[in-house]
Amino acid sequence: MSATLQNLVNQPYKHGFVTDIETDVAPKGLSEQTIRMISAKKNEPEWLLEFRLNAYRSWLKMEEPTWANVKYTEIDFQAISYYAAPKPKAKLKSMDEVDPELLRTFEKLGVPLHERAALAGVAVDVIFDSVSVATTYKEKLAEVGIIFCAMSEAVQHHPELVQKYLGSVVPVGDNFYAALNSAVFTDGSFCYIPKGVKCPMDLSTYFRINTQESGQFERTLIIAEEGASVSYLEGCTAPKFDTNQLHAAVVELIALDNADIKYSTVQNWYAGDENGVGGIYNFVTKRGLAKGVNSRISWTQVETGSAITWKYPSCVLLGENSVGEFYSVALTNHHQQADTGTKMIHIGKNTRSTIVSKGISAGHSNNSYRGLVKVTPTAAGARNYSQCDSMLIGDQSGAHTFPYIQVRNNTAKVEHEASTSKIGEDQLFYFAQRGIGAEAAVSMIINGFCKDVFQQLPLEFAVEATNLLSFKLEGSVG
Amino acid sequence: MIYQDSKTILEVRGLRANVNGVEILKGLDLTVKSGEIHAIMGPNGSGKSTFSKVLAGHSAYEVTGGTVLFEGKNLFELAPEERARAGVFLAFQYPIEIPGVANSQFLRLTYNTVQAERGKDELDPLEFDDYVREKMKLLEMNPDFLDRSVNEGFSGGEKKRNEILQMAMLEPKLAILDETDSGLDIDALRIVSNGVNHLANKDNAMVLVTHYQRLLNYIVPDYVHVMEAGRIIKTGGKELALELETRGYDWVSAESKAARLAA
Ligand SMILES: Nc1ncnc2c1ncn2[C@@H]1O[C@H](COP(=O)(O)OP(=O)(O)O)[C@@H](O)[C@H]1O
Ligand SMILES: [Mg+2]
Repeated sequence: MSATLQNLVNQPYKHGFVTDIETDVAPKGLSEQTIRMISAKKNEPEWLLEFRLNAYRSWLKMEEPTWANVKYTEIDFQAISYYAAPKPKAKLKSMDEVDPELLRTFEKLGVPLHERAALAGVAVDVIFDSVSVATTYKEKLAEVGIIFCAMSEAVQHHPELVQKYLGSVVPVGDNFYAALNSAVFTDGSFCYIPKGVKCPMDLSTYFRINTQESGQFERTLIIAEEGASVSYLEGCTAPKFDTNQLHAAVVELIALDNADIKYSTVQNWYAGDENGVGGIYNFVTKRGLAKGVNSRISWTQVETGSAITWKYPSCVLLGENSVGEFYSVALTNHHQQADTGTKMIHIGKNTRSTIVSKGISAGHSNNSYRGLVKVTPTAAGARNYSQCDSMLIGDQSGAHTFPYIQVRNNTAKVEHEASTSKIGEDQLFYFAQRGIGAEAAVSMIINGFCKDVFQQLPLEFAVEATNLLSFKLEGSVG
Repeated sequence: MIYQDSKTILEVRGLRANVNGVEILKGLDLTVKSGEIHAIMGPNGSGKSTFSKVLAGHSAYEVTGGTVLFEGKNLFELAPEERARAGVFLAFQYPIEIPGVANSQFLRLTYNTVQAERGKDELDPLEFDDYVREKMKLLEMNPDFLDRSVNEGFSGGEKKRNEILQMAMLEPKLAILDETDSGLDIDALRIVSNGVNHLANKDNAMVLVTHYQRLLNYIVPDYVHVMEAGRIIKTGGKELALELETRGYDWVSAESKAARLAA
């Protein structure tokens, strides 16, 4: 592959700065002691401490999974600090009291933290290291009964809701990383949309890891009551460190009758340098329960960052006629590894799911799609359509597809299509012959390739995702 | 048409080029002046497409000798996209498909890129839509082709028309048409030829690579060249094409061998 293709992928990471801010960091290591400390710091009720300890005890008995198509040196879970928080000057009452250094950080990242600046009309919750720093538009949302706040705050003010739903979709012992998260999660977003309410604006969380030795374990819980609907956006970045940081989040979504949850992610954690040094290990469990009839859960993700991504946003389609969707773009470059996909579990009658996955691999990276479509005996009339496309840039990268299909009801209809393509020299030459240089050509081809996914994103996010992909690929084509 | 005061657009001297280490072009000479239409004919495998791609700058072809001046400047100092912006256009023999990229989007980007280079205004999507639809009418192209992916699933003839559409939009200084006529039925041939004739003027030049004299019934060349084994071995007027049609290439080949032996 020529030099143009090589150059197009080699762009510096622009969110790699560290914020100089006083941080309260727990000593490294994990024990019951640590968990009690976190729980105490957060002034948690007894049941939540029990929840954590339960999770911890299950975790101790579990093995780190090795089935994913990724390679990395073993993680030393005792070398991680499980709590890091910017030291608050005093209790915050308004946005104006947020540490100006923090505000500058989020300004640099383009997060509309200030209500004044939030012209886009997006309500933002910001998670800095382990704690939620600010939630905008809270009062306005409260007027229609929507609760949108930090998880730790929800624990204090809406314990009955948290207790009812936390762990109801992803049980504490679900998998190794989910168990770890359940034991040590520090903060995250909580979102409750009451019956019949269509959330009037997109809700958004911005995650930022700032401390070198800390892990980030956030926990997000979104509940849409009967007839409610919400669109939720998640963005993430981290500074450049030459060590790896662990990010093990859990997201649970619950949609009751006729409810609709749309969850969009643009993930741009630091991916490590061009030699594969540093970067975030992103081991995330995301699952939605389409519990009610006609409910819908839709995941859209654009995964561009992290050294390793291990992530399968899933839908459990329990309610009759419920719908699950997964739209994904995963781009890997240099030595990044991604093993990502989805699980669609059809339980209710006439449940439908759609999977559209676009993998782009450049450099020496490795990109795998792994997806399960499971139709249980009860799911008469279930339908799934899956489309998995891979695109290779250069000839050093790998693309793999692992579809698992289990159908136990013969009235179900499952379709799977897959393709692999390559940005070829002759395509680039065609563009060049019309005056278009390699970078613009690749960006046009990639955007065309990802179109079906991008059009699922809210507009501002779609623009950000488009720019991000072009930026990530700059220098990779030749 | 041959003009008295024309400027030299392309000057090729002793051009040699390899592909995969095999020499394909073996000392090719050609001079093209503004206003002129040249036809290059010759048997399959003689190097016609190779010559076109070398001019356009395809990286698989290695230039090992000779010079090419485009409007007096060394063509090889320009990257392929710079050549295109400077006014070198190649209508491909086999236009490549680009799945996922809408033709309209592609056409607008190429149009605006070349316009910007010429210091002219770029067109927004709506303005461009009007503009390109006019050009498509000229080529009797269905506007539906704007919404499809570039060349994807186009028939051979549709791909060729899409090439000529781009030529009409970009208004090149030098257009090289590599077997644009092959695979076209008579109607398409007439339409494409009209498009080419419409575009030809005293400031630009055309090089038509073709197998068949029938194209030259529609587009009348000023010069006809015969290419064999990487060289131009004979040059004549438009009547040479007719002679080739009836007599084939062998006699030209024999003539040129005899001439070389004599020399
Ligand atoms: N990319 C390539 N790799 C190997 N051989 C090639 C390549 N392109 C052209 N050739 C060879 O070069 C010669 C000239 O081909 P070409 O220029 O396509 O001829 P024409 O267009 O006159 O039919 C042929 O022998 C062909 O096989
Ligand atoms: Mg040819």
